Formats: sequence, structure tokens, C-alpha cells
Amino acid sequence: MTKLKIDLKNVSKRFGSKTVLNGLSLSIPSGESTVVIGGSGTGKSVMLKCILGIITPDAGEILVDGVDVVKLRGGDRDAYLAKFGMLFQGGALFDSLPVWENVAFGLIQGRNMARGKARDIAIEKLAKVGLGADVAKLYPAELSGGMQKRVGLARAIAADPEIIFFDEPTTGLDPIMADVINDLIIATVKDLGATALSITHDMASARKIADHIAMIYKGRIIWNGPVGRIDDSGNDYVDQFIHGRAEGPITMDLLKP
Amino acid sequence: MWNPFAIIGRVVLATLEEIGQLSLFTWNGVSHVVRPPYFFRLLGQQMMRIGYFSLPVVAMTAFFTGGVLALQIYYGGSQYNSESIVATIVALGITRELGPVLAGLMVAGRVGASIAAELGTMRVTEQIDALTTLSTNPYKYLVAPRLVAAVITVPILVLIADIIGVMGGYMVATKNLDFNGGVYLANTIDFLKTDDVTSGLIKSAVFGFIIALMGCFHGFNSKGGAQGVGRATTNAVVTASILILAADYVMTSLIFKS
Ligand SMILES: Nc1ncnc2c1ncn2[C@@H]1O[C@H](COP(=O)(O)OP(=O)(O)OP(=O)(O)O)[C@@H](O)[C@H]1O
Ligand SMILES: [Mg+2]
Repeated sequence: MTKLKIDLKNVSKRFGSKTVLNGLSLSIPSGESTVVIGGSGTGKSVMLKCILGIITPDAGEILVDGVDVVKLRGGDRDAYLAKFGMLFQGGALFDSLPVWENVAFGLIQGRNMARGKARDIAIEKLAKVGLGADVAKLYPAELSGGMQKRVGLARAIAADPEIIFFDEPTTGLDPIMADVINDLIIATVKDLGATALSITHDMASARKIADHIAMIYKGRIIWNGPVGRIDDSGNDYVDQFIHGRAEGPITMDLLKP
Repeated sequence: MWNPFAIIGRVVLATLEEIGQLSLFTWNGVSHVVRPPYFFRLLGQQMMRIGYFSLPVVAMTAFFTGGVLALQIYYGGSQYNSESIVATIVALGITRELGPVLAGLMVAGRVGASIAAELGTMRVTEQIDALTTLSTNPYKYLVAPRLVAAVITVPILVLIADIIGVMGGYMVATKNLDFNGGVYLANTIDFLKTDDVTSGLIKSAVFGFIIALMGCFHGFNSKGGAQGVGRATTNAVVTASILILAADYVMTSLIFKS
């Protein structure tokens, strides 16, 4: 059995009267790429933020490398977070800093690297996501949505983290760039030996980057298996989702009478 | 729902919760001021933004306040002995009260609002969350430099405001009221004690802290898009202004009792 990097056990989170995560359990093996699929608003981003401690779950355990991280504070928490890189769904680029400083941020602030050296690494990472050195000195507001996404991606991988979260990495990119990003994610996992957890609605991307796929529905993982099994999952919810059918067990709220 | 006790209960609970959150926030912010690492580069940036760029507003406010004070004392008070009374009251009024309070209120409007808007936008666009994932504590990176910068620069602004306010009084007295300039300045210097100035500077350091704290607190806790940021900005300015006036009353009664 492969080693577990992240183990979520019965994690629950509600906002006011709205239950978002409802006893979610998911095991993520070390050094592999796991993709979580699921409808809009089912709590995928909330799940990532719980692991990062940005949102505190109401109940449940989150083990990373065997340590329960929900109650980490202070220096322990900083050390813990240094393992991670995260691509936010909305980019979350620092709009007061130029592109290269965004990418180099974790190196300069988090690891006290000299600015000149961090800048060189930033430019190298930008090249990996298909952005030239001329983009480095622009500000995020001067970039297109897809370019912002790629800068966010470069920032997430800049410090060579052990664990990388990609929240919808290919949304908003053209099909060719989306595939370049897919290859990049695969390479990051292979080259760095990193553990990747990605969220996507893009089934082509999911099939390409995933070793394992898990599907979230109503705040729980309802199916989890190797990518090769996705087409014969035997699960009606998964079938409906991967084929994008309006008819099926999953009914969108807006379709309810 | 409309039970008056229920309404009172809700308001009390919400207020207590807010006070609890603010205390925790203040503790987090202040503890990161004293704990290394220190970000001197950020501190310098914030001192420029909070202090240097507030100079024109504060200088204008002080100048006109000093001038109008001289006019009011002259017209309102007895004309007898006015030459010494105008000078001393302008000097005392500006250094003890009007310099710190008016500069504090102007800076609250200018800087408190901009801090709240900036941090509020960073909150709703997840930039503050992103800081955390890049091994950077947002209290250390965002709050601490602003607190320190405001506590240092607001007293400096007030010192400048004191000088300009007295000059405003001097201009009006010599140009409009035909006082003798030399006598006016001699009266100012004779009556003004160091304590008058230092009490004002101590107050203004506290005002600086209040301004930065309110801006950061409301910015950090803003929710939901542009509207939420707008509300945070308004709250930052209103609460900072009220707290400045309340703290001024408390400090005045403490300082001048002893
Ligand atoms: N900070 C918050 N406060 C209150 N409610 C929240 C908060 N964050 C998320 N939610 C709610 O939790 C639910 C799940 O949100 P989440 O962002 O995890 O969805 P998602 O699965 O990532 O969807 P999408 O695919 O559209 O990004 C949503 O209904 C949202 O309204
Ligand atoms: Mg999401």
C-alpha cells in the first residue's frame, strides 16, 4: 500500500445554517496526482482551504504526514504551510506587486532569499508556464485572465513545494494552453515527486493529469478510484457528471420546481 | 423576532463578539510588532504613505485652524489685553487639543479609509489567504508595519501641525489684527510649556495606533465583494473618529489631573 500524504477523516464544515462539508473522508497518496471532480458549490474549494487552515473545520481530523493539523498554531503552522503551494481559483495575485515579485514572493518573504536570485527563479518558472521575461515587470491588472492564471500557477510551484493544490488550473485557458498546463502539472509531480491535489470540471484535463479521481457530492466523497476505472465506476452520479448529462440522479437546484 | 428583549440580546451579543474579535486582532497585531523578523522595507513604505503623503492635508487644516482661532478669540474675548491672550490661547489650543485631534481626524479619513479599502480588497480577492500559503503571516506582513508606521508618523505630523497652526495664528494676528509680530511670538514662547507639546504628541501616538488598528481590523474582516469593502471603509473611518474623540477625553482627564 502506498504511503498517505493527506488523510481527511469525517471533515465537516457549515456556514451558518448551510452545511458545506458533511463528513468528508479522502485519502491522498504521496507522490501521486489526485483529482477531485464535482458540481459547482459542492465544497471543493472549502475542502482545500480546510487543509490549509484558512478555514477551520467544525469537526473531523486532517492528517498530513500523519500529524493532525487542524489545531496547529504559530511557528508549527508556518513550517507546515511551507510544504504547500496553492493555485487559487480566482488567482489571488498581489495586485500591488509586479508579476515577478508575485512569483518570487514565497522565496523572498518565506525563505529570505536574496531578491536578485529569487527574480531569476521567478523568470525561469514564468517560462515554464509560457510567459516571457517581458511579462515579469507588468502588474497583474495588466494581464489577461488566462495569463493571470498562469502567473498563479508559476507562483504555486515557485518554491518547489511537497504538496501542490490546483483549484481549477485550466478554467479560462484556451485548449492548447490548457494542455500545456496539464503537461506542466504532470511534470511537476514527476520531477519534484510532489503530491498534487487538483480540482477541475474539465474532464479531459482530469483524465490526463489524474492518477486517482474522487467525486464530491453534497459535502462527501461518493466515489474514489484510479483514473482507469472512471468509465466503469458503476456509480450513476459519476457517470452523469463525466458525460455532462442534465438528466440523472444529480439534479441542479435551479431545475427543482 | 420583534421581541424587544431578543433584539437587545442580539445587539449585546454582537457587540461583545466584536469586542472579543478586536481584542484578539489587537493582540495578534501587536505581538507581531515585537517579534522578529522585522520588515523594514514595508515599514518605510507605510511611513511614506501614512506620514509623508498626509502632510499637505494636515498642514492646511492646522494653518486655517490657527488662523480662525486667532480671529475668534479676538472678536469673542475682551479687546483688553488681547495681544497676549490671542497668542497664548492659540498656542495652548493648538498644541494641547486642536493639533492632535484635527490631525488625527484628518488622517483617520485619509489613511484609515485607504488601509481598510486596501486590506478589504485583499481579503475578498483571497490575497490574504494567499499570503498564508506563501509562508507569510498576514499580521506580520500587513498589520504590524501599518501600526508601527502610524504610531511613529502621526506624532511627527502633529508636531508639524503645531508649528503651522501657531504660524496661522501669527499670520492672522499680524496681517488682519495689526498685532506686533515680535510681541506675538514672544508671548507664544513665554506661555507655552514643554508639557503642552508633549501631552499632545503622546495623544497623537495613541490616535495613530487607533487609526491603523481600525483600518486593518475592518479591512481584514470585510466580506463579500465591493459592497463589503465599502462598508469596511466607512466603518474604519467612523469607528476611528469616535475612538479618537473618546480617547482624547480620557487622556485629557488623566494627563491634566496629575
Ligand atoms: N467564507 C465563506 N462563508 C460562507 N459561505 C461560504 C464561504 N466559502 C464558501 N462558502 C459556501 O460554501 C459552498 C461551497 O463553496 P466552494 O467554493 O467550496 O464551492 P466549489 O465546490 O469550489 O464550487 P466551484 O466549482 O464553483 O468553485 C458555497 O455554497 C459557498 O456559498
Ligand atoms: Mg471552487
